[in-house]
Formats: sequence, C-alpha cells, structure tokens
Amino acid sequence: MVVNCEHVWQEISNYIDDDVDPGLRAAMEEHFKECKHCTAVLDGTRNVVQLYGDERMFEVPFGYSQRVRRRLEGNVGGNRRTFLGWMVATAAAIFFVGSYELARSATSDREGLKSEHARSSAPIPPELMVVVADEGKVFHGGVACPFIHDKAKTRSMPARDALQQGYTPCVRCMKQYV
Amino acid sequence: MPAQPGPPLGDQTQLGESDSRNEAQLIQRVRSGEHELFYELIRPYERRVYAASFAILRNPANAEDAAQEALLKALKHIRQFRAESKFSTWLIQIAVNEARMRRRKENSDRTEPIANDANEQGEYKPRDFADWREIPSEVLERKEVREKLTGALASLGQIYREVFVLRDIQQLSIEETSKTLGISTASVKTRLLRARLMLRDMLAPGLGGVWSGKLSFAKGEKPW
Repeated sequence: MVVNCEHVWQEISNYIDDDVDPGLRAAMEEHFKECKHCTAVLDGTRNVVQLYGDERMFEVPFGYSQRVRRRLEGNVGGNRRTFLGWMVATAAAIFFVGSYELARSATSDREGLKSEHARSSAPIPPELMVVVADEGKVFHGGVACPFIHDKAKTRSMPARDALQQGYTPCVRCMKQYV
Repeated sequence: MPAQPGPPLGDQTQLGESDSRNEAQLIQRVRSGEHELFYELIRPYERRVYAASFAILRNPANAEDAAQEALLKALKHIRQFRAESKFSTWLIQIAVNEARMRRRKENSDRTEPIANDANEQGEYKPRDFADWREIPSEVLERKEVREKLTGALASLGQIYREVFVLRDIQQLSIEETSKTLGISTASVKTRLLRARLMLRDMLAPGLGGVWSGKLSFAKGEKPW
C-alpha cells in the first residue's frame, strides 16, 4: 500500500491515536521516512496533543478549591438545615395533632367517668305517653308515681305536648330523663 | 453526628485499583447520605471540571461559576450515577452540559469564529510545514506559552473545541466523547482531526520557531 500526503493528513489523527489498521500504519511510516512535510505535521500534531493533555495547561483561579469546598459545604449545611426544619415542623405537627386528639378523647370519655347522677340525661321520647296532674306543672311516667297526690285529677298526653305546655319531668318516676 | 472522613484520595486522575475501591466506597457513602464526603470524592477532578467549563465558556469567572454549579448538580444527582461509566467521565459530562447550557443562554455564539465551523465534511489541509521540534512540557510553566495555547484553543469553532477538550484535555475515549456530545464517533474523529491540525497550524510557527527561539533550547539554557 502506498499513501500520498493528503491521505496521510486525513489519517494522521487516527495514527496518533493508534486507530489505523496495520497495513495503513506501515504505509504511513514509510511515507514519513520520505516526506519532511508530513513528518513536520505529525510532530506538530503530537506536540499539540501532548501540551494540551498536560494538566498545567489550565490554571485554575486563585482560591478556586477553597471556594468549591465552601460552596459544597454550604449546600450540605443548607440541606441539613432544611432537614432539621422539616423535623421540627413534623414534631410540632405531631404535638398539636396529639394534643387535639387527647383533648377530644378526654372530652368524650368524661361521661363514663361521671357518677350516675352527674351524667347527662337521655332525651325524652316525644311520643312517650305521660301523665300530668292539675296540682302542678310536672308530668309523670304513670299514675302510680307516689308524687301524684290527687290521682283522680290526672290526664295523659305525649311528652312532646307536656313539654310544650311547660311541664317538667318528675324527678322520681322519670329520673332516667332528668 | 459528623461523618468520619474516609481515606484521602490522591491528586492523580488516573486511579489505581486501590484508589478506585476507595472511590467506589466514597460514592456509596455519599449516596447513603454522608454528603460531607462529597468534596473528598470530587477533589481529584475539580481542576478537570474547571478546565472543561473554561474551554467551552472561555471566561474564568463564568467557568468557575459553571464548574461549581456542575459539582452541586453532581451532588444533588449522585444517586443517579450507575457506575456504567467512570465517575470522572460522569462529572465531566455534567460540567460540559452545564457550560453548554450557559453558553446558549448567554448567546455567546455570536462571537464564534464561524469560518472554522463551516465545511466540516471538507478535507483540511495543513497550511504550515514548519518543523516543530519536540519541546519539553516545562514550557507550560511559562505564562505566555499557556496564554498562546489557551488563545489558540479559544479561537477554534465551538464544535471542534468541544471535541478537542473532551478527547485531548479530558482524555475521554472516542466513544465517551461521542456520548457526551450526542454525535457519532465518525463526527468525533473528523472534528478531532481538524481541531488538532488547526491548532498545529496556529502554534507551529510560534512554538516551533519564534517562541521556542526565545527558549534558547539549542544553548542548553532554561529560560523559565
């Protein structure tokens, strides 16, 4: 294989990178022995690769490493502060929700802690038939209530009507509703 | 409770087997929430991240800001690193994406030397055949030489500069460069060839003649 100068120039980069097949490499080496121009191009191109590949080629600005380190550490610190912030916010939320739930449960359980007499009364069924006596503004569960003195002067009506007319439940016979 | 720092990594970017294990452990610890260790993890690559940003943005302040932002993004998305590529390659990809995004926002393409971007498929012929002798890498200690190299790179069209930066400065493979830039491996090779030859054309007359003459290599003196 014989190569001319133009062919050598097109392959000279691959030649330096050892990326040409053995036949072409041998042909180029033969060419370099005879051609000073191509040898100069080869030497110069190699110098370019060598010089630019040297890490001293690029000077970093004074203090660059310190600034990089500081910025990275600042970022890590920032993340940590954000993380701590989230932790505090989460703890506060848990505290408030817990307090609310505790207060709510305490309120709802209070009835169970009260004595029988201190508990709220059950509502009187509106259709419950009760007995009212003319002697007072009290209604009773039935004429058998010992708090009715004159059992002959009684009448029945629904609890709803009794309440509307201003009667109150008897504390004796209707204590479950008082 | 502060995390216990792991063993420090060396500054070299080519990690040995032991360093690779340390790096894998560090990655795991950072992913598990020990974010304090992230700087230890990226320390060997912070210069490369800056260099990738600078090569694209061509401005030290913008490059540093982009590099820092890229590292923050890497920290934020560390759990997405699947070890399918090297950690350094993953970092560089993030840095390149960040720098490209900023470049688009700043619309700095207006200042691109578009002549270099044109006619990508056409053959590039070297313009200068000056004999550029091998020169010691110590010339990079000289600020004016570094400035010449940086200036030459900055004058390349964006598509060539990106490929050259990833392949020859960041030492990514052709495949990694292709994946990072989202172009075919054939395009990577074509652009890389042209970038190298253009840089050689720009630098050979100076480093091969005028500038290296000032170095007095022939006299055995060390001007730096």
